[in-house]
Amino acid sequence: MATIIIDGKTYEIPTGKNLLETCLTLGFDLPYFCWHPALGSVGACRQCAVKVYKDENDTRGRLAMSCMEAVAPNQRISVSDPEARAFREQVIEWLMTNHPHDCAVCDEGGSCHLQDMTVMTGHDYRRFRFKKRTHQNQYLGPFINHEMNRCIQCYRCVRFYKDYAGGHDLDVYASKSNVYFGREEDGILESEFSGNLAEVCPTGVFTDKTLKEHYTRKWDLTMSPSICQHCSIGCNTIAGERYGTLRMIANRFHGKVNGYFLCDRGRFGYEFVNAATRIRQASAGEAVVSLDQLFHHLIPALKQAKMIGIGSPRASLQSNFALKALVGGDNFYHGVSDNEHDLAELAIRILREGSVRTPSTREVEQADAVLILGEDITNTAPILALAVRQAVRQQPGNAADAVNIPVWHDAARRELAQQDKGPLFVTSVHTTKLDEVARDVYHAAPDDIARLGFAIAHRLDPTVPDATDLPEAVALLADRIAQALSAAARPVIISGACCESGCVMKAAANVAWALQKKNPATGLVLTMLECNSLGLAMMGGHRLHAAFNAVMNGHADTVIVMENDLYRHGKADEVDAFLSKCRRVIVLDHLLHKTVSKANVIIPAGTFAESDGTLVNNEGRAQRFFQAYEPTDIIRESWRWLLTLGQQIENNRMATWRNFEDVTLAMDRDEPLLHGVMAASPPSQFRIAGQRIARETHRYSGRTSQQANINVSESKPPEDPDSPLSYTMEGFHGQPPSSLIPYFWAPGWNSVQSVNKYQSEVGGSLRDNDPGVRLLEPKTEGTHAYFVGVPERFRPLEDHLWVVSLHHIFGSEELSAHAPSIAQRIPQAYILLHPADAAALAVETGGVLAFTIDSRSYRLPVKLSEALPVGIAGMPYGIEGVPYADLPEWAIVQRTSQRQNLNDHSYAKRHA
Amino acid sequence: MWLTFLHMFRKRVTIQYPEEKAKLPPRWRGRIVLTRDPDMGERCVGCYLCAAACPVDCIALQATEDENGRRYPEFFRINFSRCIFCGFCEEACPTYAIQLIPDFEMAEYNRQNLVYEKKDLLIDSQGKYPGYNYYNIAGLAIGGKDKGQAENEEAPVDIRSLVP
Ligand code: SF4
Ligand code: SF4
Ligand code: SF4
Ligand code: SF4
Ligand code: FES
Repeated sequence: MATIIIDGKTYEIPTGKNLLETCLTLGFDLPYFCWHPALGSVGACRQCAVKVYKDENDTRGRLAMSCMEAVAPNQRISVSDPEARAFREQVIEWLMTNHPHDCAVCDEGGSCHLQDMTVMTGHDYRRFRFKKRTHQNQYLGPFINHEMNRCIQCYRCVRFYKDYAGGHDLDVYASKSNVYFGREEDGILESEFSGNLAEVCPTGVFTDKTLKEHYTRKWDLTMSPSICQHCSIGCNTIAGERYGTLRMIANRFHGKVNGYFLCDRGRFGYEFVNAATRIRQASAGEAVVSLDQLFHHLIPALKQAKMIGIGSPRASLQSNFALKALVGGDNFYHGVSDNEHDLAELAIRILREGSVRTPSTREVEQADAVLILGEDITNTAPILALAVRQAVRQQPGNAADAVNIPVWHDAARRELAQQDKGPLFVTSVHTTKLDEVARDVYHAAPDDIARLGFAIAHRLDPTVPDATDLPEAVALLADRIAQALSAAARPVIISGACCESGCVMKAAANVAWALQKKNPATGLVLTMLECNSLGLAMMGGHRLHAAFNAVMNGHADTVIVMENDLYRHGKADEVDAFLSKCRRVIVLDHLLHKTVSKANVIIPAGTFAESDGTLVNNEGRAQRFFQAYEPTDIIRESWRWLLTLGQQIENNRMATWRNFEDVTLAMDRDEPLLHGVMAASPPSQFRIAGQRIARETHRYSGRTSQQANINVSESKPPEDPDSPLSYTMEGFHGQPPSSLIPYFWAPGWNSVQSVNKYQSEVGGSLRDNDPGVRLLEPKTEGTHAYFVGVPERFRPLEDHLWVVSLHHIFGSEELSAHAPSIAQRIPQAYILLHPADAAALAVETGGVLAFTIDSRSYRLPVKLSEALPVGIAGMPYGIEGVPYADLPEWAIVQRTSQRQNLNDHSYAKRHA
Repeated sequence: MWLTFLHMFRKRVTIQYPEEKAKLPPRWRGRIVLTRDPDMGERCVGCYLCAAACPVDCIALQATEDENGRRYPEFFRINFSRCIFCGFCEEACPTYAIQLIPDFEMAEYNRQNLVYEKKDLLIDSQGKYPGYNYYNIAGLAIGGKDKGQAENEEAPVDIRSLVP
């Protein structure tokens, strides 16, 4: 702590920060552009000037850029000094000389940092009478719009895109006041994190193109705190609605999970909520039915039926729990493949019974050595990949610490580190984007990756069984990795369920456990396949196959499938047989899919935007998401449907449950692994000064007019029985508890930069701590025995290929694939082969490979890659046109004498 | 009594409305219209500022864009049964699109008829501010006006040139 005097007042502040961060933390409104809490300072914009005085006797002081000046004890500075203010106003005036007269047609307007800073400095009249320079825009793909005239040359975009996120295709061109930020030529931005440009850029140069399709100003949105549904990281988001459709997803700062950023799948995947393929009506048989008809049809039947329920890893805890309660614990099945089921259970075992803690994404950023076993995290858990990039970038900073360059001094640290990278080791089946920043890369079959893992663990603790007869290069690699991990202060091991191999996960656990004996700060991150995979597994339930058997053997005749397309988790013929054997198939979901098309009764469920719920992310953190708007038609949350059904069929357990809180409370009580989940958010009775927290800003417009075309008398706004949030602009507009923040706004700070005001210290956690509760903590006493059973070396088989899944950020996840912008980025169906295999099988790029897996035949167009190990084939996971297969599995290849060309897409269809 | 008597000889201020119309100054705040550019394009760019300024929140609209990037409101609705004719919307409008005109004869028997849609609001005139065209000043390129063609603009920069 140090004492500092600002404008004559004395403050106690922590050292190690710069003056700008300190002033902002203390609540001063000091304008800035080029500094960003996650990107640090470069001192480029000259906007953050303050007066710094030498000592008590200094009356003149000097102007200094506060973002480039470290706080010194007993320093005296002035923010409101007239000279400093005039300087800041002058800087804005210069920036504005070329700025277009665009606010009215600029998507940034109303949440524009430049607008805010202009007002803050007091510059209000244009004196510059000369011409403005102009720029042509570029096409940057389906996500980001480019309007280059609005640039103020702060360099944040390239610093984020290139330095922070490791992108290659955004840069700065030309010189002096002509500098241009864009691509070398028009084209799609390649980075998975390009959407963040819309928030990082303080002006309207880069904006969200999907928002533009149904443009709404920030002040007009009804917003709620939400959680990204598109992978297991569970990034915190803000979901904004207007006129009954979801308009945008923005980042909701979380100090531990996602920080300031989201990936493009998470930011742009939301449009599935507005998709034309949404289910909006209930139907029974072929006919659309009303609510009464539905119950009339369903209730008597359900009372007599032998029901089973199939849950979903993409549905909330509450929905899964309500289903489990409705059908009874013995009749509740996880709607995931058996392999996925096993891997999720293994993950829980490793995290609960092991001794190693799973760190948050933020802690991964601070790791100084990272080993990735088998995962392609850029595609399965993108924000984790972004965190790993920071770990790699920051580790050489240890040298900077030695020469006293503070953490925020981005330019100097980069200069010192040059191309130096921290120790990152990537092992995977095929190339990953992180390979380029890795110290060592190892592409091999999953079993060989596991063997490497065992070998590393053995080197760290000789009691772990070793992988014998490793090739020399691999043994040396194991030595190097073991050394680097032992030398690190905060090593992290990353693996997960997406590589579909239990051996690899076990090997990762062994490495982490062995390392933990030497270094208690070791972390182990396991990624999961879907947003609530871990939560579902923690609830307990049977395998999907057991559900099939229950119906096939006549133990059950009616199935309720909730938010799940079984064709994504089971073999098509088995699912077909199962569904046709059921007397009654009841499906609750929000999008049309193959399972829905086979249902007798379809019940329209709400998406995340229309629902309340809790998800458990890969860290074991239970996080609450809130309804952004009341669903239309007869859509309701799955758990609410199930609650109604339960009460109508007189299910005793559900008789007293009325709302969200009752379900959550019962779950907290009855599910041992989920105990504590109630604490994820304040109760629905929570009020601040007797008020609910408003989902709408105080400037929300049009409420006496938006419904007036239907009825000029406004209807009463809906009441929310499930949360302390209100659906109107009435209510509390200050800072609520961190899990209830519907949007970031502070007087004078309309843009997302206002998040500074919500943090206990700039860049740190939100006030009253970051939201969510961790439900999984490692065992503190006793150690878990190491996993044994080192797999055999992978040996290719003639006429066989070992097929593994390859994940794609765009396409592999079910819901986001329905968003039109994401759909433009989904790859075509393919099978990836090593050229040697392709030559042996006489196929080439574009040709068709016919093969059978488990006696089911597949035909897919061939792509080649040198990076794939020989004998292995990669099949894209979950992509349209690629039928489900129980991977990893041996495929038997049918040699075709002639090569075929593809003109249509029918190749992908299964030939049953 | 005397006063009352005197008043009988004063000039009459009551006019025989509706036979006789009141003379209203041009800045009188009455019925709201959406005006057009000198080139007869829709002036409103759908910026939502009028809606935000409206103290009774009786303006609702949705912005959209034509194929050339020109913004306009997809729908524009004013609920005149709520409007208090304060003129804040006109003051907020950066394009002079929304204007209050000297016309107050809007009475209806049915309140629902006081809900005006864009077709009821949009007039074929520039209203009080002839000659102003927002897109001539803004930097956005639209059909018929490319980058560098607005008032006071240089031609677009050639980013491959390093000439000082
Ligand atoms: S970037 Fe900000 S200041 Fe510039 S036109 Fe857009 S809203 Fe206005
Ligand atoms: S494009 Fe945006 S982020 Fe990049 S330099 Fe310009 S204003 Fe800054
Ligand atoms: S990393 Fe995962 S949770 Fe985060 S935004 Fe991307 S898809 Fe969503
Ligand atoms: S303020 Fe003017 S330009 Fe903006 S929406 Fe209203 S009428 Fe249209
Ligand atoms: S924020 Fe300090 S110079 Fe830009």
